[in-house]
Formats: sequence, structure tokens, C-alpha cells
Amino acid sequence: MKFKGNAWKFGPDVDTDAIVPARYLNTSDPKELAKHCMEDSTNPEFMKKMKPGDIIVAEKNFGCGSSREHAPIAIKAAGVSCVVAKSFARIFYRNSFNMGLPIFESPEAVEGINEGDEIAVDADAGIIRNLTTSKEFKATPVPPFMQELIAAGGLMAYTKKKAGLP
Amino acid sequence: MMTITQKILAAHAGKKEVVPGELISAKLDLVLANDITAPIAIKEFRAAGAKKVFDPDRIVLIPDHFAPNKDIASAEQCSLLRQFSREHDLSLYFEVGRMGIEHALLPEQGIVVPGDLMIGADSHTCTYGGLGAFSTGVGSTDVAAAMITGEAWFKVPESMKFIINGKIGKWVGGKDIILYTIGDIGVDGALYRSMEFTGEVIKKLPMSGRLTICNMAIEAGGKNGIIEPDDITERYVSRRARRKYKFYKSDKKANYVDVREFDFTGVEPQIACPHLPENVKPVSALASVNIDQSVVGSCTNGRIEDIREAAKVIKGHKVHPYVRMIVIPATQAVYKQSIKEGLVDIFIDAGAAFSTPTCGPCLGGHMGILASGERSISTTNRNFVGRMGHPKSEVYLSNPAIAAASAVLGRIGRPEELR
Repeated sequence: MKFKGNAWKFGPDVDTDAIVPARYLNTSDPKELAKHCMEDSTNPEFMKKMKPGDIIVAEKNFGCGSSREHAPIAIKAAGVSCVVAKSFARIFYRNSFNMGLPIFESPEAVEGINEGDEIAVDADAGIIRNLTTSKEFKATPVPPFMQELIAAGGLMAYTKKKAGLP
Repeated sequence: MMTITQKILAAHAGKKEVVPGELISAKLDLVLANDITAPIAIKEFRAAGAKKVFDPDRIVLIPDHFAPNKDIASAEQCSLLRQFSREHDLSLYFEVGRMGIEHALLPEQGIVVPGDLMIGADSHTCTYGGLGAFSTGVGSTDVAAAMITGEAWFKVPESMKFIINGKIGKWVGGKDIILYTIGDIGVDGALYRSMEFTGEVIKKLPMSGRLTICNMAIEAGGKNGIIEPDDITERYVSRRARRKYKFYKSDKKANYVDVREFDFTGVEPQIACPHLPENVKPVSALASVNIDQSVVGSCTNGRIEDIREAAKVIKGHKVHPYVRMIVIPATQAVYKQSIKEGLVDIFIDAGAAFSTPTCGPCLGGHMGILASGERSISTTNRNFVGRMGHPKSEVYLSNPAIAAASAVLGRIGRPEELR
């Protein structure tokens, strides 16, 4: 998979309440959740300004806090193609793989990308290119277990197979 | 040589030994979800074509976040839990009037026991480490898969050890220990790791304080928090447990990636300032901070010991005229006990509101939402931007005694300051 879009930069420890505030969690409808994506973050206007395909680029510990899968769901439904961060909080990392939001860990890429830069990501090769500055970065390889899940088509597809469901 | 966390994981994976970094598939004793996370899990479960849950007596569904239903959308979510529970004859569904905040209810009712391995679609599922169980928060999809198979994948975490020594002060407890720890290592200081707590203070700490400590392990990024079970655990569990339980202990030569020792002698009550749980300061440094609201409750501090502590402080005093104090017992049993001990009278006489159990204001759901520019002191677990309401409101996290004293003073302060 390949993604291309402009970078939106965020700081460290972006929590799940910033990604989608709990006050909107009385629904799990992706479209509704997407309306409030990043509403309580440092860029509350994110949804008004972003274009489909754009990329979130954040410092360390992205997605800390709650276990709500609504956070990666909101980001994906908002049209964000992928998230690049220096590191991810554990549950957010696991959730993203489970529900299919592509995420990449790369401290070098985060350092080498400025707000608005045009970014291309080759997910299979784990390469992040900054087309604005013509620099290239590598993402931390995905653990083999996660690769296995992706190959199976996600956790539910993997589980169906394991449980012998049609 | 294994830690308690490794031993529980190994036992549930059918292995003699596991090492950090190893990937295992383990059998689950319990699978938990609430009115926010279960709807997605139920939809995934149905979409997978699953017809049966792995065990109707090991799936816990609790409407507690926006329940009693705060609006029509929340009512629909809770209704989905109810339908699913009836459809699959789940014995551990707790309706309003019988429910409590999940992480307070499960230990209290002996549903989760020492030695258990469980997951929950709620980040504070790590609470049960206080009993000597391995429990961790996951997302809804993991719960959907677990409801089908009764198993989950885990990466065996590295362990950090925190040794809490010294003699703790009168109004210092579990909340202060965990806030101090998070202040020391930061909100990602234990990322992917297990946090094991021990030391002379922990060995004397009542179960309520132990549950509070493990509850907030996630606030340091931890996979789980855990405390070795002992006599205090035995006394708490023996009269409640609905299943057989087992005490696991860390080997003396078990490996820890980091060992930290804190001397708590003379340490003041700790407060986490906006907008991260790592922004921790001693209470005396914040005496000029005025407050509009004081909340006592949540899965962190809504147990009877917490309600008693707040009542002890506020007894005979009045809530400051400019402050709303909201007290929320975490379960029906805590509520009933509060009535029995006259604690509800104390709060009402002081001018505080006393509510039915709900997560409510902790996550900005209902029952105490903040307006722009307002500030709350709260015994809850998170102080992120907008957590309790308007993005321009603020939350300071504290223990129940400080929340009660501050409600009277109208500013952050200590029980010793009340006259």
C-alpha cells in the first residue's frame, strides 16, 4: 500500500480524549466520530482544514489514555491515510492494527517533516519520503505477529479462521 | 526466574516459562466491556458470523459510563448490551440499580480473583493487579475476538519494580503513591511494561489503596500494574471469591529492567496538574489554586474507604459557597454502606450532591460537566484537555481527603487547614 498527502504535525502525548473527546462517545458511528477528530487537540480546526489522504505526524506516545477504538476509527473515517509518530501508546498501537489504520513508528521521519510537507509512504517497504525536502526515512519494522495478523486480513478474519466460522 | 506477571501469563498459555518479548496466546478467565466499548465489539462479533460466546459466565458487560442513560444515543448503546446479554444468556451483565463502576464492582463481588488473566475494553482494566491478577486494557475488536475464542494474544512485557518504603503521612495513600510514581517516570515511562509495586508501605496498604495504585498504571503507559498477594489479599478475597483463586509471587531473582525505590516518609499528598497525569506537585505548592467543583468517585477512588476518608474530612464543615461538590459511590454496595454509616448525611449536611454509581464526570460524560474556564479537583484518573467538559476547563487529580478539604476551602488545600 502507498499513501500520499500533506503532513499535520502534533506534539508529544496526544491522548485519546484529544483525538475524539469522550463527550461524543455516545455513538460508534465512524462518520459522527470523524466530525470531532482532533477537536480537543492543539489543532481544533483540523477537520476543517485537512484533505482526505493527509497524514498525521506526531511526537512520542501518540494515542495515550483510554482504550477507545473510537480514536483510530475517527482518524480513519476522517480520511487520514496514516499516522507517523516517534512512538505509540500500547493500546492505540494494538487497536490500529486490529481495525486497520496504518501507523508507522519513525523518530527520524518525525524530526525530518514539517507541517504541510508533502509525504509519500510505502507501507510494504516501510519507507517514508518527504517529497518537499527530498529526504527518505525508514519506519521501525512491524513485529512478526502483527504481520501475521495483517496477512490474515486483520484480527477478526484471523479469529474467524481459527474458530472455524464460515 | 519469573515475575508474578510472567508466571500468570505462562500458566494461562500452558507453558512452564515465558520471557519478555515472547508472543503467547493465553486463555482468559474473564472478558469485560462497557457501554462505550461493547457496542463496537458486539457489531464485530455479529459481523464475523459468530453464533455463540465461548462461555456465557465469563463475559462481563456493564453499562456504567453514560448510565443511567444520559441521552437517547447512550440509551441505544446500553440497549445493545442488554439485548446481547439476553441473547447469549450472559450471567455477568449488571443492570442499572445493580451495577457499579466496572473496576470497583468486579473485585467487590469476587468476580475477578487473584491469579486471573483477563482483558477488558477499558484502559483501567489494569486495576485488578491490586488483587494479584494480570489484567490489561484492550480495544473493542480484541474483546470481539475474545468473546468468540476465550483467548487473546500477548507480548510478554518487561517488568519494572517500584519499592515504596518509609512511613506514610495521615492523609497519604494509594492515590498519592501512584501520582508520585507517574510524576517520576512520566506518562510513557512504563510503555509496554509491567509495573510491580512492593515495599513496606505496600505490604501494609489496604486493598482499596492497592486497587487505586494499579488502576492508574495505564497513566504511565503500563501494560499492567501488579502487587503480590498476601494476608491482606486473603482477607479481602476469601469472603468474596466466586471462583478458586491462586496466589502467584515473583521469584527473588526475577529480572526487572528498572528498579526504583521511593522513601515516602514526609511525602505530602500529591496533585496532578492540568493537562497530564505526570504534572505532579505536592499539595502545598498549589494553595493559591481556586476551584469550582470537587468530585469524589470513579474506578480510581469510589470505594467505601475513599468515601469514608472524604466524609471524615468534611464532617461538620460546609462546602464553599462557590463550589459544587459531587460524591459518587462506585457501586450499589458502597452506596448502601455509605447510608448505613451515616456518610450520606454528612455529605448532604455539608451541601454536597450524592449520586447513584456512574463513571459520569470522570470522562466528561454527565453528572458534573465543566464550563469554559472552570476548574475541578477530582479523585478521578485523567486530567487531559476537555476530559471533564469544555476544552478550556481544568482538572486537578488528588486523593479523596484533599478533594474534600478543597471543596470546603474553595481552593486546593489540606484537611489540616479546616477549622
